[in-house]
Amino acid sequence: MGARDPVIVGVGWSDYPVTPELDAMQHHALATRRALEDCGLELSDIDGFATPGTGFSPNTDDAANMAEYLRIDHRWIDGTMVGGSTFEFFVQHAASAIRDRMCDTVLVTYGSDMLSRMGRMLGTSTFASGTSRVNGPSAYEAPWGNVLAGAYAMAANRHMYEYGTTSEQLAEIAVGVREFAGLNPSAQYRDPITVDDVLESRMIADPLHKLDCCVISDGGGAFVMTTAERARDLPKKPVHVLGAAGAQSHWSISQMPDFTTTAAARCAPEAFGQAGVRPEDIDTLQIYDSFTITVLLLLEDMGFCKKGEGGAFVETGALRRGGRVPLNTDGGGLSACHPGMRGIFLINEAVRQLRGEAGEAQVPDCELAVACGSGGMLSCIGTVVLGTEGRS
Amino acid sequence: MSIDAVAATLGRRALPNPDHVSGHYWQSAADGRLVLQRCTACGAHQFYPRSLCTSCAGETEWVEASGRGALHTYTVIRQNKSPAFAALSPYVVGIVELDEGVRMMTNVVECEPGEVRIGMPLEVVLLRAADDVGLPFWRPAAG
Repeated sequence: MGARDPVIVGVGWSDYPVTPELDAMQHHALATRRALEDCGLELSDIDGFATPGTGFSPNTDDAANMAEYLRIDHRWIDGTMVGGSTFEFFVQHAASAIRDRMCDTVLVTYGSDMLSRMGRMLGTSTFASGTSRVNGPSAYEAPWGNVLAGAYAMAANRHMYEYGTTSEQLAEIAVGVREFAGLNPSAQYRDPITVDDVLESRMIADPLHKLDCCVISDGGGAFVMTTAERARDLPKKPVHVLGAAGAQSHWSISQMPDFTTTAAARCAPEAFGQAGVRPEDIDTLQIYDSFTITVLLLLEDMGFCKKGEGGAFVETGALRRGGRVPLNTDGGGLSACHPGMRGIFLINEAVRQLRGEAGEAQVPDCELAVACGSGGMLSCIGTVVLGTEGRS
Repeated sequence: MSIDAVAATLGRRALPNPDHVSGHYWQSAADGRLVLQRCTACGAHQFYPRSLCTSCAGETEWVEASGRGALHTYTVIRQNKSPAFAALSPYVVGIVELDEGVRMMTNVVECEPGEVRIGMPLEVVLLRAADDVGLPFWRPAAG
């Protein structure tokens, strides 16, 4: 372990899932205060800052505005915006910046008032409609009335066609994640559900039912990264960034080269390789569950099972509480919280598990966790391997 | 959805804003011809139109497309809260793979959502949405 090896020392959440009293910038700020309290650092210790800005009108929480709002005198800033997985990319970028001495201590934040400000329009409304003309690549999609859920539905349909994957297998993912949501007092939906409940919920975009889709929430998060050396003086045991990699295959769904394979097939082997671990070594998975199909594709592409065998894999119960590698132990985006982008919650929950702070949802002997984010429409995938011990 | 029913929705759809590269594509569709870009160096077709070949960064020329393809994947949109599309549900949004190998998003028309299958042969039908814009829709291929 090197002195400048990157570690995560603080995590914080704002309040979720329904907080009409907070706007997006307040979510960033509240999560920041709690992440700093968690690690015992002060704003003046932060010299690197990363946040994507949501692009969700009318918010003004882009990186430059937020750095000013939080009054961070940074010497390294990152405003990458590749959708909900941006935070996994930030870990990759910040790890490199810390190793290369561009900065010592990085704050990463996210905040969104999407539910209270915009309602539940994200997944089931057309991106552009009406009389305005559409520019850029969206012009080749907007006229045909697709919605976000429809993009993922087309991936699910193709996976079913090629591999015989069933709606029951997809539903199993939602059922398992809901069980964990029942253990999270802040989760948006906590009552247990069954496979039949998922299949009987309203069809949104065939073959995806309402309960195959994530919720829409308010919420925010923050985490603090620094060097292993700096972490020695801090109250809590650091979580080590063992591997982090990202890759992109497309942005618009109609440009997806293979509707059953994501860029996780490229970046996950890189992240696992950096960490020197294999999928079978991992104790818990925090995977971006925008839709049930997202989890299935990322599981396969990361190598937890072979391509096409994701359905059979989830049927084994491996992802359940008490299973081989429990999934989304905070209740995930499917049940707990999805404020427009969710990638920061994957990191924070992995840290909570690796510290042994997850209460009833704690995975026993949790030493290795993976956070895998999907941004855009299965477009930009970031994979992060975190552990309780540094690389040997 | 019949072609007539689709035509009646054109005024409610978000239309493209043609630019220096795409203008020829949209104008050709308005004039009843589906065209694609083909690389003058490596011969690759591509869609959507761009100012370079994404295979070799070379220059492209316009060629007429066969207008035939097969459905690569699709969904049935049951809920779209946007006013322009709310009344159309359910409708089929799909990805058609043209015989030239490129793919585009479309609506599968002139058949019921329940009759749509991945792999079904399709043919293009072009509808004029504005003086400078035609939109390609795809229907089950005749014969």
